[in-house]
Amino acid sequence: MQPVATTFFFYFLSGITVLSGILVITRNNAVHSALALILGLLAQAGLYLMLYAPFVAGVQIILYAGGIMVLFLFVIMLVNLERAQKEEQFNKQWLVGLLAAVALGGLLFAVYVKGGTLFTEHIAQPVENSNTQQIGVMLYGNYMFAFEIASLLLLVAIIGAVVMAKKRI
Amino acid sequence: MGDQITKDPASFISHLELDQPDKTFLDSNELIINMGPQHPATHGVLRVILKLDGEKVLGTECVIGYLHRGVEKIAEHRTYTMFNPYVDRMDYVAAVSNGLGYCEAVEKLMNVQAPPRANYIRVILTELNRLASHQLWLGTHALDIGAMTPLFYTFRDREEILKIFEKYCGARLTTHAFRIGGCLYETYDGFEQDVKKFIDFLPPKIDEYEELLTTNRIWVERTKGVGKITAADCVALGVTGPVLRASGVKWDLRKAQPYAAYSEFDFDIPIGQSGDTYDRYLVRMEEMRQSLRIIRQAVERIPEGPIMAKVPKVIKPAVGEIYHSIEAPKGELGYFIVSDGSTQPYRIRVRPPSFVNLQALDLMVRGQLVADVIAVIGTLDIVLGEVDR
Amino acid sequence: MLDYITSYLSSNTTPGQAGNVFWALVYIMVVFGGVSVAVMAMNWLERKALAHFQIRLGPMRVGPHGLLQPIADAIKLLTKEDIVPSEADKFVFWLAPLIILCASFTVYIVVPFGPTHAITDLNIGILFMLGVSSLSVLGVVMAGWASNSHYPLIGALRSSAQMISYEVAMGLAVVSAILMTSLNATGTGTLSMIGIVQAQQSQQMWFLFKFFPLGFIAFGIFAIAMVAETNRAPFDLPEAESELTAGFHTEYSGLRWSLFMLGEYAAMIAVSSIAVTLWVGGWMRPFPNWLTGETWDLVFSLIPGFLFLGLAFIAFIGVARMPKHPYFRVQTIGLAGFGAVLGLIGLVLFAPPVRDRIQDIFWFCAKVAVFMYLYIWYRATFPRYRFDQLMRVGWKVLLPVSIGVLILTAIMGVLF
Repeated sequence: MQPVATTFFFYFLSGITVLSGILVITRNNAVHSALALILGLLAQAGLYLMLYAPFVAGVQIILYAGGIMVLFLFVIMLVNLERAQKEEQFNKQWLVGLLAAVALGGLLFAVYVKGGTLFTEHIAQPVENSNTQQIGVMLYGNYMFAFEIASLLLLVAIIGAVVMAKKRI
Repeated sequence: MGDQITKDPASFISHLELDQPDKTFLDSNELIINMGPQHPATHGVLRVILKLDGEKVLGTECVIGYLHRGVEKIAEHRTYTMFNPYVDRMDYVAAVSNGLGYCEAVEKLMNVQAPPRANYIRVILTELNRLASHQLWLGTHALDIGAMTPLFYTFRDREEILKIFEKYCGARLTTHAFRIGGCLYETYDGFEQDVKKFIDFLPPKIDEYEELLTTNRIWVERTKGVGKITAADCVALGVTGPVLRASGVKWDLRKAQPYAAYSEFDFDIPIGQSGDTYDRYLVRMEEMRQSLRIIRQAVERIPEGPIMAKVPKVIKPAVGEIYHSIEAPKGELGYFIVSDGSTQPYRIRVRPPSFVNLQALDLMVRGQLVADVIAVIGTLDIVLGEVDR
Repeated sequence: MLDYITSYLSSNTTPGQAGNVFWALVYIMVVFGGVSVAVMAMNWLERKALAHFQIRLGPMRVGPHGLLQPIADAIKLLTKEDIVPSEADKFVFWLAPLIILCASFTVYIVVPFGPTHAITDLNIGILFMLGVSSLSVLGVVMAGWASNSHYPLIGALRSSAQMISYEVAMGLAVVSAILMTSLNATGTGTLSMIGIVQAQQSQQMWFLFKFFPLGFIAFGIFAIAMVAETNRAPFDLPEAESELTAGFHTEYSGLRWSLFMLGEYAAMIAVSSIAVTLWVGGWMRPFPNWLTGETWDLVFSLIPGFLFLGLAFIAFIGVARMPKHPYFRVQTIGLAGFGAVLGLIGLVLFAPPVRDRIQDIFWFCAKVAVFMYLYIWYRATFPRYRFDQLMRVGWKVLLPVSIGVLILTAIMGVLF
């Protein structure tokens, strides 16, 4: 089945992503920022769908929008918002920020211009139906070691969190 | 004072000695919550100011008086007989007990003895009322903990008791069943059959309540170890009734200083060990069975004879004072009456069980969770009409 | 144009897959309309069934046996004043019920009412359902925060913690069922909702009984977690009436409140359909293995019709028992009309073409209805868990058990 209105959806979703990204950093109210971030993540999930990666899109929604962002909101709700709103929103290190932005932007631009020729063999081949299976094979086959290392790292993080929170109990 | 509390509950609670949350970790906000006076689970118009750390209760403060009607003050402007119906309005779910306590106190002041038949009728009606009160407690307590259904079962069966009351004296709730010196009404035809039928009717129903709750895992988890209070604390705070007995103190005024005809009946005083909500539940359930035992004996042995002692038309007790207390469904209900020799009492002071028991709330819920506050308010079995009077 | 519309009818896939926008729209209308009606019916049924559990009668006044009560309620809620607290965050307050509603209705896109009766068949169907339904917790959190009041805030905190905790166990239980779909010659499983039912069809077994008792335990975990996910008794802490008055929607009234209710009931039906799809064989009729053959197929395909006729019969008994007083004339006529409609539906269901098309949907809905009845039953029976106990059950009981079941299922899958 052929996708419909691809270009429109791409610009639509990208626009939402960029807009919500700007909202995240400009909102005074932390809860509004978090909501904008959720919108951005959902739009990103849409972009994944357009890249024939439904599994990644689904995981994005479950983990980021449904899980992590809820925890974010959870913490933000407990924080005293009035005090946070009075604090200064942007820090004064604009020089560093500018440099980082220029570097990142240059990198992205370079990839956009030269990417096609640099990584010819890695232009994504859309596989419509076996996408999920391929991710499984990749994660648990080709990159098994990296995957296990990452999970160990998470385990360390969990233990650290427990040790820190244990003080309270 | 009241205005200030309403505007800023935090300032009101700040003078309390509270357990402070651990400041070394995250600086989380403490919540001050007003529970009540309009809240589904405070059994009327109790207002509890809760200081919470997350879900944990750091301290509580009860604000009472929303239902204050000045019952004790009213007494000073009424004759002894006229004041009798007013006491029914204190603990309105156990109106018969209230009336019994008042009538006996005045009788004691006047040195009058109610005739044996009147005493038996009094015992039967008071015990029926204890059952009704416990049924109401069970239904609402279970509803607070989230079990909806027992409420309707208990109300179905309480209806039978109220029917007997209605047939006996015309009223269902605020009965005004007794008069100073005995009872006004002779039992109606078929009273004994009705009561006997009821005694046979209720035990399976009590089993039915127990089936829904006693072994229900969620119920046990919600009540076991919740709102614990030791016998020493109970005594120190003056807590009485099933709450005291659940803590392991065998103290029941019906046995300790028998009034009416209680000395003539054979019954047990159920006690608990741990003094938690589950024990209080078990104690009250067993009390319902013991009440049935008393009623059965009373109905079978009810003597013939007059129902009213010789009492002058105008009651004018001699100068003096008296304290008389009975075992109401909720605990020790005492009346302290000072007479100046006129037709009106000089002062009446009521010792309401609900008011005294409520003082244990803070001790029982401190360090527990919000949900436990609800369970404990339910298990204390307070009636705000009696707390505020 | 007509060709385009009719082109789908001959195909054997869902309209979404066939790429037929017209039929997809029709399906969306039918499904969403059907869910809305089901929510209203569920509202009436819950009040009625709960009342009978509790020796009451329930709604009796509006229409015969209170049949019109949901409609009366809807009118009342629509015309009620819409109150927004002055201290509330207006935008978030407005957005929260919409998010819940959207999240709980969007999942119906992949619910397979039959082999071709779904709006579409995504190849990440079950993941999509879990993901989108997990978004509803956002609505709860937002509602609780935006109300700017203590009770809703505590309700929202409880709810977010509860839903996230139970999602983990729920997800693992689902994974163990998905693992079972891969037990075929090629060894590849599927996440598609239709594919999962077809896997049960080809393995000739509901996953409930697969590797007994592993499938059973996984199903049990899901059945518990789904009650917690939808905030229903005995896990209804976020809206615990006796503690938090109404939890996260304390400050809501009128239409917005009804959106919450609509969302809640829609979510209940949605998770029930996940359970039905994953473990109880989806649209398959009961006993497809034992009672095989033409005759049995015919017998089972006649059941829907007989069921509706039976309902009509009960309605007519009600008509006969109505008091013969002029006051009750409208009620009697109404009940008779209702019975007649039921009977007519029953007769239509006997027609062979309808019968063949409809029986999948019927069995699916019947199985979901059983779950909905369980929800009511739980509510009438159980007290409410306390927050820490709820967390203990979620993390210390359900999670380890579901991990264990997952591992054992994998081992069994490799061995057999």
